[in-house]
Amino acid sequence: MEILDYAFMQRALLAAVLVGVTAPAVGIYLVQRRQALMGDGIGHVAMTGVGLGFLLSWSPVWMATLVSVLGAILMELIRWYGRTRGDIALAMLFYGGMAGGVMLINLAPTGSNANLTTYLFGSLSTVSKSDVTAICLLAAFVVLVTVGLRRQLFAVSQDEEFARVTGLPVRALNLLTAVTAAVTVTVAMRVVGLLLVSALMVVPVAAAQQLSRSFAATFAIAVAIGVTVTISGTVTSYYQDVPPGATIVLLTIGAFILLTALATPLARRRARAVAAAQGDGDPAECVIPPSRGSGGKVGV
Amino acid sequence: MSEPVISLRGVRADLGSRPVLRGIDLTVSRGEVVALLGANGSGKSTAVRSVIGQVQTGAGEIELFGTPRRRFRDWHRVGYVPQRTTAAGGVPATVTEVVSSGRLSRARFGVLRKADREAVRRALELVGMADRAKDNVDALSGGQHQRVLIARALAAEPELLIMDEPMAGVDLASQEVLARTLRGQVEAGTTVLLVLHELGPLEPLIDRAVVLRDGCVVHDGPPPRAVGQHALPGHDHVHPHAPAGAEPIRTGLLS
Repeated sequence: MEILDYAFMQRALLAAVLVGVTAPAVGIYLVQRRQALMGDGIGHVAMTGVGLGFLLSWSPVWMATLVSVLGAILMELIRWYGRTRGDIALAMLFYGGMAGGVMLINLAPTGSNANLTTYLFGSLSTVSKSDVTAICLLAAFVVLVTVGLRRQLFAVSQDEEFARVTGLPVRALNLLTAVTAAVTVTVAMRVVGLLLVSALMVVPVAAAQQLSRSFAATFAIAVAIGVTVTISGTVTSYYQDVPPGATIVLLTIGAFILLTALATPLARRRARAVAAAQGDGDPAECVIPPSRGSGGKVGV
Repeated sequence: MSEPVISLRGVRADLGSRPVLRGIDLTVSRGEVVALLGANGSGKSTAVRSVIGQVQTGAGEIELFGTPRRRFRDWHRVGYVPQRTTAAGGVPATVTEVVSSGRLSRARFGVLRKADREAVRRALELVGMADRAKDNVDALSGGQHQRVLIARALAAEPELLIMDEPMAGVDLASQEVLARTLRGQVEAGTTVLLVLHELGPLEPLIDRAVVLRDGCVVHDGPPPRAVGQHALPGHDHVHPHAPAGAEPIRTGLLS
């Protein structure tokens, strides 16, 4: 495969695999706690980090990690204390983060909107050696947390109130989830871009749900879908000269549609089999008992 | 009298600026089955949620097994059934996966050993859900959801069960299963505090009823026995201890 002869493509493919694993691995907990759009918000906040990186001539990846982790912690704090006003505070955080990023990168001597675009929508050719090192370290952290603490994170994401009574450190685990999501955003930033990160966290999980009945299976299938689409998207992007982020996200949505189309008749058949196994259980339609037909008075 | 398992003294709690609990005292002794009754908004859910630390209290003392709640760490001794209509989250999960969460209080570092998996299976058998162990909780009926939530609480083999409206939205068949499960637990010596809207099928199990109204305890004693027409669902129960001229305590289905 000539694609592997190029050092930049080797780096891009390695980054793509890591993104394919980590994004759905964190995303499943966000979907479980019905915060599917949290990754999108963190992506917006991370833009300020990228801008700061350019302005201060530090690594944009590490700067984005720092800023998005702080942003995620702030989001979690808003969720605790914000109550009803929480969503407005979050909106200000997201758009403030995005505006801050655009402003800072324009102030930076080396930065331009063209640079920003590679972070917003992903760019394979610009993944540097130091980026790959950072991505590997960050991805290792994400896998360690999402797999190692899967039972605890499952319990907290399923039912926070109950998790507290099992003695789990609920607040610490919530913060850890937020920080892990922020780290994943920066892992995925170079490949799919900040604006499309959230899709790779959510859509593979949604697609996996079409086939699975258990959390463990959903996790495994979502990661498998994630890796498949990031690799095939990266390769397509190389040969067709199309942007990798958009290619990967469209492939993911394609996978979702395909799996939904395959799963719907399967689910129907399974439901029918269950109904048959339970014998003449609940009829699907209303049946009026013959003893109380029309005209019968309803007694008191 | 044996040692108190739950003890609340002068507990106050506010939701926003509205006082929900105005200094309530409640003691549950070992082996007792206590029902917390009252109309919607009387503060009964807030009272149990203050016991488990889900609601911040403004004043008063709360003790679990003789330890102040803030320093209480033996959570495996407590099984909790929150008020829920569903056991499902945003991602599919099997009945076993949900019930296994209840065992985490006994599992070190979240590692479930063979004994833990056995306990989960036993909890599922107790509520008659062992045959649905591998099913998605999304595919269950309302009563089955409640059975799963109770199995989750039982998985830790607790000494104290705290249940918030376990019979709400539960079909008759599941109500019977739940009553039978609870009877088994009570016979084995488990202490139970439950929030109920009406006594219903659990009535024979209950040793003592505590009735709340507007965040105050207005009755603490034997459960009010409903007889004759008073036992009909929808009947407004006028409590003898209530001050004259007060609204009747509505415990019926229509309140």
